[in-house]
Amino acid sequence: MKLHRILAIALRHLYLYKRSLSRLMEIFYWPLLDLLVWGFITIYLEQFRGTLPNFVAFFLGALILWDILYRSQQGISVSFLEEVWSRNLLNLFVSPLRPGEFLIATMLISVFKLLSAALVTVVLAWLMYSFNIFLIGVALIPFVLNLILMGWAIGIVTTTLILRYGQKAEILAWGLAFLFQPVSAVFYPVSVLPIFLQKIAWFIPATHVFEGMRSVIRKQGLPIEHLVWAFGLNTVYLLAAVLLFYHIFTIVRQKGLLLRVGE
Amino acid sequence: MRSKGVTMADIVVEVKELTKRYDKLIAVDRVSFEIYQGEILGLLGPNGAGKTTMIQMLLGLLIPTTGEIKILGMDLARHREAILSQVNFSSAYVAMPYSLTVIENLTVFARLYGIKEPKIKIETLLRTFEMETMRTTLTGTLSSGQVTRLCLAKALLNDPKILFLDEPTVSLDPDMADKTRSLLKGLRSRTGLTILYTSHNMREMEEMCDRILFLNKGHLIAAGTPQELLKQFGKENLEEVFLKIAREKEAS
Repeated sequence: MKLHRILAIALRHLYLYKRSLSRLMEIFYWPLLDLLVWGFITIYLEQFRGTLPNFVAFFLGALILWDILYRSQQGISVSFLEEVWSRNLLNLFVSPLRPGEFLIATMLISVFKLLSAALVTVVLAWLMYSFNIFLIGVALIPFVLNLILMGWAIGIVTTTLILRYGQKAEILAWGLAFLFQPVSAVFYPVSVLPIFLQKIAWFIPATHVFEGMRSVIRKQGLPIEHLVWAFGLNTVYLLAAVLLFYHIFTIVRQKGLLLRVGE
Repeated sequence: MRSKGVTMADIVVEVKELTKRYDKLIAVDRVSFEIYQGEILGLLGPNGAGKTTMIQMLLGLLIPTTGEIKILGMDLARHREAILSQVNFSSAYVAMPYSLTVIENLTVFARLYGIKEPKIKIETLLRTFEMETMRTTLTGTLSSGQVTRLCLAKALLNDPKILFLDEPTVSLDPDMADKTRSLLKGLRSRTGLTILYTSHNMREMEEMCDRILFLNKGHLIAAGTPQELLKQFGKENLEEVFLKIAREKEAS
């Protein structure tokens, strides 16, 4: 064992953090998110002191629906990363393929991925915990649709940032969606959040889906207002994400960054 | 050297006053040239001369600061899709998805280019590049020479009218490199394929190219047949011409 060799390897990794904001973020990002989510869950449980009705339905339903959003986002950004990793991006963009066609293809892949993942989680939740997500009823369809749309918007933004900043932005493909998790009130109602976060929460489509889900489980009827808000916000965000993608794609073509995306 | 009877109608690539500027750096400075149908045009120059920038602009990957590119009579800025469906590209520095098999990769690109009978086309190309036994081999397990052959096969899927080749033989063994050069020359004679070729192998450039453009610091400093360039610089071979230009660059 030689200390200088151990330190050389440690130094090699420390050099990375000197210039990489995303790697620095990673050190603090996940612990902070965990702290926020679990902290708010604890406050929520504390309020009910163990008498929370439909406890399993609230948590498992939220978990399955959150995974739909996450898979939807991953379907887009990881499909793009696959092309970066295999140094195939230039082959694609010197073909007649339009950037919009590429995006639509990744959206299709995201639907395939999330349906596959949802099938497994839904069946397992039923077998292991006797939880039937279909108890949510017809509202499940607009809920899932809205989570897919929000996942697409985040996926397109992530892809755009990777396109612009290269592999140093790669970490966003795994982390950006989770930034919305504490504020989307996935596992607890919006009322648990501090007032300033509540104001932000209502501008996130997923918040309306999860609030709506809790309302259905509590048998308070179909949350039309939440669904309208979710669809409205998603339309705006998806449109903004697509416009941002096209804008950045033009900048990338002006700066010659397409060749360097994989670096 | 161009074949006799070439007219303006034979011009397939027309570049006028092309400039690419990144802030203070001028990567390509007011370069103009034409490529004629069936011609193999070489692009030569030391590192940083502007070759990659030029190829990227010709492929629509990079937007020029000023200037005009016409390919097959169409303005690249306005008819990118129509042009790209009739050209193709292969580079030693670009790979293919390594977790797909050879046949899967070629099938994906055949679909991207809208090839009518993809199976027949793919089989023909696999035979041409001696890859029939590698149909179901994962691309990630191929040698670098085999990946280059796969990329060349991909580049010929759509029967391109113009082929942009960036150091196509750099990772091939001498036998396969020679076969590839013969194949490209054969294709050119049979189909009138036009090729823009870059390589740092000067003997290859002399053997392959009808004309050569010499770029240095973004400027077009010489153009002509290999023989004309040797005469112009008073050298015995292209390697000496290259060294003279590269060292003048270092000295300045």
